[in-house]
Amino acid sequence: MSKTDILLEINHLSTSFRIKDDYFAAVDDVTLTLRKNEVLAIVGESGCGKSTLATSIVGLHNTENTKVDGEINYNNQNLVQMTDEQFNNVRGAEIGFIFQDPLSALNPLMRIEQQIEESLIYHTKLNKEERNKRVIELLQQVGIPNPERTAKQFPHQLSGGMRQRVMIAIALSCKPAVIIADEPTTALDVTIQAQILDLLKALQSETGAGIILITHDLGVVAEVADRVAVMYAGQVIEEAPVNELFTNPKHPYTRSLLNSIPQMNTEGQKLNVIHGIVPSLKNLPRTGCRFASRIPWMPQDIHEASPSMHEVAPDHFVRCTCWQRFHFEEESDVV
Amino acid sequence: MSFMEITNLCVHYPIRGGFFNTVVDNVYAVDGVSMSFEKGKTYGLVGESGCGKSTTGKAIIGLEKVTAGSITYEGKDVTNERRKRGSSYNRDVQMIFQDSHSSMNPRKRVIDIIAEPIRNFTTMTPDEENRRVNELLAIVGMPEDAKYKYPHQFSGGQRQRLGIARAVACKPKLIIADEPVSALDLSVQAQVLNFMQDIQDEYGLSYLFISHDLGVVKHMCDDIAIMYRGRFVERGTSKDIYTNPQHIYTHRLLSAIPNIEPATRKERREERLRVEQLYREQQHKFYDKDGKVYPIRPLTETHYVAMLPTGEGE
Repeated sequence: MSKTDILLEINHLSTSFRIKDDYFAAVDDVTLTLRKNEVLAIVGESGCGKSTLATSIVGLHNTENTKVDGEINYNNQNLVQMTDEQFNNVRGAEIGFIFQDPLSALNPLMRIEQQIEESLIYHTKLNKEERNKRVIELLQQVGIPNPERTAKQFPHQLSGGMRQRVMIAIALSCKPAVIIADEPTTALDVTIQAQILDLLKALQSETGAGIILITHDLGVVAEVADRVAVMYAGQVIEEAPVNELFTNPKHPYTRSLLNSIPQMNTEGQKLNVIHGIVPSLKNLPRTGCRFASRIPWMPQDIHEASPSMHEVAPDHFVRCTCWQRFHFEEESDVV
Repeated sequence: MSFMEITNLCVHYPIRGGFFNTVVDNVYAVDGVSMSFEKGKTYGLVGESGCGKSTTGKAIIGLEKVTAGSITYEGKDVTNERRKRGSSYNRDVQMIFQDSHSSMNPRKRVIDIIAEPIRNFTTMTPDEENRRVNELLAIVGMPEDAKYKYPHQFSGGQRQRLGIARAVACKPKLIIADEPVSALDLSVQAQVLNFMQDIQDEYGLSYLFISHDLGVVKHMCDDIAIMYRGRFVERGTSKDIYTNPQHIYTHRLLSAIPNIEPATRKERREERLRVEQLYREQQHKFYDKDGKVYPIRPLTETHYVAMLPTGEGE
């Protein structure tokens, strides 16, 4: 990979929320890169910080009780240092954002065409006529059958899949180089989900944009991603190309997760259960391997004192060393 | 032998309008569904949102009015007596709800929530009741001191387990589980599904498992019914459905499930597009002119499909 392909570089990013007088890091020291024409999936369970990471990239946090450290380099600018005014020129124009729930992200009192037009008015110098043309063009692009009519409708008149398409049209309106999709298909049926994922892929091959796809669904990841970062308790614990991750997972957490998916061939078998619960933000262990408490049958000395990412294969990174000796719980481990 | 039978169950909602607010049309939420339940088996009900699967579950337990059809329980017709106090049907059919948060009274403690069915249907002394609640908590793997907490003090997975404890409190025969794991994370989902299987083995329960997740349904169910617009399009053992699907709608659903094998995703995408194409082309073969599914007819002993016999309608 040449250096010029890199679109977005996240270096040691930490996002902390204030609880009373202390700051707690929900995203802790995350380093990731996004390249052109690539789908980077970020997977994890609820509370692992994946959405916080996404909103940090576009600066949607309330500055009064959040602290963002580290740097996000886009186009030789550091997004973390930007003022709100500077950010407004990047957000929406160069970084598009697709929200999870289109019904609450769309304004119920505005027609679809107005909502798409909004970012065109802000970011481009098109006149009214050109804007209208572009709106219709966008709606066509995202596969809405009757764009002229849909443009005049309100969000509640559309089905869930159609609304999500409108969200995508808004995100695409200014031809962004980076698209961040936060659980874009979670609220949709499988058949619609397949259509939306196909659409994202097709649009990407047209524009060459980089997509950060945030999801909890490993099936979706296997379907569209090129590279995957698995997050646990605010940290990236494994990062690998998609084929590598599914055929050769290393970190105990990734392996446990893959083992707990009810699959077509797991009938009658017990699913794997991960011990304990995800620790809350306040009770996160800040030193040592954060997954240690979930695999109590493994001896403590297999973990690193301060786990860091190790390259175990080309482009495949794993945090901590506990994966080397990890095995699933056996009868003999039960105390 | 089946202990419960549903024949031609219909739930229609009237649409009122016009000058005198008369009934102008109906929404056919559930339109002629038949099932029978055997002891210790799990029945899956699958479909996309709005297909009537939850309404079917609610109609069976008595939370929806049945427009037509009958429910026979242990030889007795209970269609209109489902919610009567003291009827054994009421005790023997229980439900697990999708959203554990809104299905529990936030002002009651766990002990009162779990003991509610016990108080309703049995005569236990407070002491016995207490012991039973402890037993139930142990079954779902919760500590005894959880009794004196309130629902909001638990995580989603724990609350769902409390919901299961409440459902099994009176040793029911059938539990209707309406999307019990849809709101849960993967590892927690695995935990809840395992508990449901353990409890089934212990009590010989039957489940009606309502879900849109075909992977979960395949994992859990012996028999599966696929629903579309209030009707079954295909019904059979899970082997029938997954290895020999007949209806184009079943094909379409199966091909849309994401699989965790990234290596074959290209082929699967092509397959999906091919099925999608077929789905558009063969509408007339599988749906009548109003877009409704044909009546279901047997293909083999266990496998039913809603198609015209070959040769007709082409």
